[in-house]
Amino acid sequence: MHLILFLAFGAVCVAGAVNLLVQKHPINSALSLVVVMGSLAAEYLLLGAEFVAAVQVIVYAGAVMVLFVFVIMLLNAGEEEETKGSRVAMIFGIPGMLVGSLLIAWVLIEHSGNKSLAAGALPGPPKTIGWLLFHDYLLPFEVTSVLVLIAIMGAVVLAAAPASAGGRKD
Amino acid sequence: MAPITTLHYLVVAAALFILGVIGVLTRRNVVIILMSIELILNAVNLNLVAFSRMWGLHGQVFAIFVITDAAAEAAVGLGILIAFFRNKETVNMDEVDLLKW
Repeated sequence: MHLILFLAFGAVCVAGAVNLLVQKHPINSALSLVVVMGSLAAEYLLLGAEFVAAVQVIVYAGAVMVLFVFVIMLLNAGEEEETKGSRVAMIFGIPGMLVGSLLIAWVLIEHSGNKSLAAGALPGPPKTIGWLLFHDYLLPFEVTSVLVLIAIMGAVVLAAAPASAGGRKD
Repeated sequence: MAPITTLHYLVVAAALFILGVIGVLTRRNVVIILMSIELILNAVNLNLVAFSRMWGLHGQVFAIFVITDAAAEAAVGLGILIAFFRNKETVNMDEVDLLKW
């Protein structure tokens, strides 16, 4: 059962990612990215990481994707225009991609453990993660909160209406 | 039935990572490039959570940090995109040359 669920959600995940690349219109890509996020949350649940799964759904599938869809609607971005692919990209890109894929496959086969990850016995209750977050990782947590604050201010400054010629009107 | 190993999750994560890299390298639309970056970050998260199954909960805490940073990155990236669109009326990556000398 565990294996079947893993394979199903993994297939949905990779298919959504492929669809993201194939679709021409950004809104279709955004919706397939939502599918990827949702099936990844299911994979986290299968791994027993219930808190990370909840955060994935709320933050990624909820907040971040709403931001993406909002910007796509705002910019009214239509279908992507195609350009002729460059020869250099074909000559170097395809062998490069093959070499990279083989390298990743080799690393995975040679260096990964084959320890079985059994289902059940969820190791990631929110209580334990919260304790780790506010005890062992307190400083990174606070630094991250400052980072998010700076990101909010940066986004507001970047996306705000441009100042008129005589300086900002406050 | 064969048990699921760490390798299974690593293969899914590697597939997501490669698809994200292909998206970053081949698409023209900046929005889709940002979404491919999210795909890469998600692949990293899947790896972290899969390893946390073996090595304790620290991987899950790191995954939460990565999710937070991805949200911040998306906000700033889309803000830059809006500011850029206001100047050039385009979202094509190859027309982003405001800093070119």
